[in-house]
Amino acid sequence: MSRYTSVTEQDLREMLDAIGVGSVQELFDAQIPAGVRLQRPLDLPAGLPEQDVYAHLRDLAARNVSAEDELTFLGAGMYDHYVPALIDMLTTRSEFLTPYTPYQPEISQGGLQVMFEYQTAISELTALPVSNASVYEGPSAVASAGYLAKLANGRPRIVVSRGVHPHSRETLRTYAHGFGAEVVEVGLRDGVTDPDAWAAAMGDDVSAVVFQQPNFLGAVEDAAALAAAAKPCGAVVVGQYDPIPLGILAPPGACGVDVAVGEGQSLGNRLDFGGPSFGFFAATEAHLRRMPGRIAGETKDVDGRRGFVLTLQTREQHIRREKATSNICTSQALNALAGVVYLTWLGKQGLVELGELLLQRTHYARQALTALDGVEALHEQPVVREFAVRLAAPVDRVIARCQEQGVNPGYALGRDLEEHEDGLLVAITEQRTRADIDRLASVLGAAVAAERVAVTA
Amino acid sequence: MTGVTVAMDETRTVFEKGAPGRRAFTCPQLDVPQADGLLPEAFRRTEPARLPELTEPEIVRHYVNLSKRNFDLDSGFYPLGSCTMKHNPRLHERVAGLAGHARLHPLQAPERAQGALELMWNLERALGEVAGLPHVSLQPSAGSHGELAGVLLTRAYHEDRGEERHLVLTPDTAHGTNPATVTMAGYQVVKVATSPDGGVDVEDLRAKATEDVACLMLTNPNTLGVFDPNIEEIAEIVHGVGATLYYDGANLNAVMGQSRPGDMGFDIVHFNLHKSFTQPHGGGGPGSGPIAVSDRIQPYLTVPRIVRDGEGRFDLDYQAPKSIGRLRGFQGNYGTFVRSYAYIRSLGAEGLQDASETAVLNANYLLARLRQLGVADHLPLAFGEHCMHEFVLSGAPMKRELGIKTLDLAKRLLDHGFHPPTVYFPLLVDEALLVEPTETETKETLDAFAEALAAILREAAEDPEKARNAPYTTPVRRLDEAGAAKRPVIRQPL
Amino acid sequence: MAEASYPDDLLYHPEHDWARIDGDTATCGITWFAQDALGEVVFFDPPEVGSTVTAGEAYAEVESVKAVSDVIAPLSGEILEVNTALGDKPEAINDDPYGEGWMVRVRLSDPSEREALLDQAAYTATLS
Repeated sequence: MSRYTSVTEQDLREMLDAIGVGSVQELFDAQIPAGVRLQRPLDLPAGLPEQDVYAHLRDLAARNVSAEDELTFLGAGMYDHYVPALIDMLTTRSEFLTPYTPYQPEISQGGLQVMFEYQTAISELTALPVSNASVYEGPSAVASAGYLAKLANGRPRIVVSRGVHPHSRETLRTYAHGFGAEVVEVGLRDGVTDPDAWAAAMGDDVSAVVFQQPNFLGAVEDAAALAAAAKPCGAVVVGQYDPIPLGILAPPGACGVDVAVGEGQSLGNRLDFGGPSFGFFAATEAHLRRMPGRIAGETKDVDGRRGFVLTLQTREQHIRREKATSNICTSQALNALAGVVYLTWLGKQGLVELGELLLQRTHYARQALTALDGVEALHEQPVVREFAVRLAAPVDRVIARCQEQGVNPGYALGRDLEEHEDGLLVAITEQRTRADIDRLASVLGAAVAAERVAVTA
Repeated sequence: MTGVTVAMDETRTVFEKGAPGRRAFTCPQLDVPQADGLLPEAFRRTEPARLPELTEPEIVRHYVNLSKRNFDLDSGFYPLGSCTMKHNPRLHERVAGLAGHARLHPLQAPERAQGALELMWNLERALGEVAGLPHVSLQPSAGSHGELAGVLLTRAYHEDRGEERHLVLTPDTAHGTNPATVTMAGYQVVKVATSPDGGVDVEDLRAKATEDVACLMLTNPNTLGVFDPNIEEIAEIVHGVGATLYYDGANLNAVMGQSRPGDMGFDIVHFNLHKSFTQPHGGGGPGSGPIAVSDRIQPYLTVPRIVRDGEGRFDLDYQAPKSIGRLRGFQGNYGTFVRSYAYIRSLGAEGLQDASETAVLNANYLLARLRQLGVADHLPLAFGEHCMHEFVLSGAPMKRELGIKTLDLAKRLLDHGFHPPTVYFPLLVDEALLVEPTETETKETLDAFAEALAAILREAAEDPEKARNAPYTTPVRRLDEAGAAKRPVIRQPL
Repeated sequence: MAEASYPDDLLYHPEHDWARIDGDTATCGITWFAQDALGEVVFFDPPEVGSTVTAGEAYAEVESVKAVSDVIAPLSGEILEVNTALGDKPEAINDDPYGEGWMVRVRLSDPSEREALLDQAAYTATLS
């Protein structure tokens, strides 16, 4: 017996009696061959009372420098947006937190309706007619889109822009090695996908093309042109989109994109050291029956009441098995709930206003930083919430100096892009005020100056 | 009075509520000089997304009322077979919410995320100990993601030895994610038969285990609730042809501290943190599917890997030339690691062993009660005499004798306030009912559930129509799933 | 269609498909047994006109809510016509599997293949 299990001495006697054995071990002995029985206790520490577990987890938390502890401009795929309090309240409600996937729709109308509302919100956001109820996260959503293209046209090659997040490109390669596609990269020029190289990469053997909007360097791509270049050869056009700027940026559905995917963390989900969050997955009508993951649909019950069910299940693993559109079983329902609540909280006007605010503050930040000695813009493309600069001093050293001052200035691009060893990627959210940006400029300027002296000394 | 009816109708979606101009978000004031022409017109959105316009009270009321149309584990018994619906301790929400965990950016410098890396390191060691396989990756996001990792690792292993293999074996009782994963990883599925005792048909396996087979994927105990008595021989056959043996950890709750997949001979194991390790199911995720592997598979594990130096400092290592690469962004679902780690520290070695013992005790007791009440006459156990942590009944006799199907039984259970067990899985059993009570249920609950099943069968003997048209007391009754599939409406038209 | 029915003017393939032969063309579909096992059909994914079908091989898929089934060609040939009405009314496959539920019309490439098919008596014998 423990704080979670209830079998008393009396219970045990009655239960063993009913079963007809003398002990629980008899049940194991009868069913597990002796050769594979573990003959010793597990080599793990002894259990702890709740308060001691809490203290231990609190001590571990204290050894992490979170967005609570420093002024952070770190982005590169996940962003420190404000998560409204009502999301915490809703995602910890028993009725949303503890049920399973809705296999009995009569008692799961809450969860199924949330999925339906989420699908509607994503469809609106992306201007594409069809959305599923979520996938795990951004990079694996890109890989799933690659698999969808493979199912659609069977061609052997996927073309991906180097502007796509390095984790997405790597994940795509890992999956593609399994399902049998070659991944070919097209480089950037002046901070955006090189249009000539992109056009040259097209061909009848191309299954899908993938670009990111805004790209990994924060630049706004000409999405419509990239999509148009791929149309003649019939490749599936996949766009990985940051959802937050979709209040002001042309959505994928308006740019000729066939499948839009993206990382949903910015929509009401915490940083959580990288997960859990959710990935969104939306597409044109033509790809409806190839979509991975769960889809909720509207219907009626026997009395004519409006209701919701999981639908188009014949795509999925539990029915189609080896011919399924994906192997997804559990996805990210609770995180998608946070996502749709967040989009509802922002509302039609709020998403636009947020986008405009970020556009202005990002511009201000880029101007402020590039005015500093030893800091240059890495590219001059339009930016909406993140931008890249080049530092005339070792980036890791500069970051370390800034962090000593309680400011995390951004991401060292050299960690992923060897051609940008001197690059720093700076992210702006609505939580970073003008005063914060001014402080960043001051601290960064001093750090670069100090590290330049250190190098020349 | 139409207005009042509409206001009370909770099947209106959030898109059908609110009014133009309402808002819950207050945008911060523009505090920098306004600049024009920052974004070329051609790149701008011309029509705003038609998101709802509601105030905070309206949003709260809408979603709170929606939540009340959900049955959940906190509220009642949820014996879904192979899902391990055990209690989700609330401590876990508190610790996962600490800012040091919740607001930590995944790209924070490792020196400044030592608490997180130590937590992950400790969790890896603990899972490795439970599995009996030392090398762990926490990266996969769900069980089926872990399965994909396992099959891709197998591919890398064979390719590294210059071998080209094309087939993966799965038993015909396998969960659908297994064959789906096999196809995604570029292999072809070959089914292995099940013997009358519920385990793998060893002779069929022997015939099919050729050198073109890359892997055999098994769950043990399997989806019939049977621990394969021939597991050692099976491992020998598979390893004998140079293939890997993969363990689907969905049923780990039966064997923690009793038997370890590594000791059974498995090369690769995946865990479902949202099953045995209490990550809440969330209505369909998030989950987590870490994997543990043997020495020979270790070189191919995903990157990044957590490493510890001589001074006890943790770091993320990306240098692994034979690695299959990554399967997702960043490090995995850290929020689930915090909860699972808190669970493992709460229970300790003894507690995990107690959990499995109690899970097996509860399942066998429930089965015994069903036999005592005569339920098992109409719904006999499909295989064997006893069971592990779950059991599968066949509703075929009930259908013949009483005229109600497993589906009808499940729907009538809803009226009794229970979530039904898993229905129509595994496919091998006709009118299957797969029952897994888990260790966190009391004897009283198990007794009540058994009584409810008995009552439904007695009722069906008198009047089968009652069950056939059930449920009656739920927010909606049986739904037209065929209509939803024929003419899919998967978003609100606006 | 509530009652099992197997018209005697048709030929049958053991995997529950029928053919109505008319000179050098044949109309094909699935039998009462197949539609009953599937349950209410929600989607029929037709092949393209002009494509080839081979006797004994799948040429299309038919879906119910909880199952997917291959549709097997009883005879080989070129597809002349597909029943596009099934796009809006897939339930015709359940209600009238031999009439409005017809799936494809084929120009036979090898009419002698009919010798391998079963007549009504032989097919119904396989069902018991």
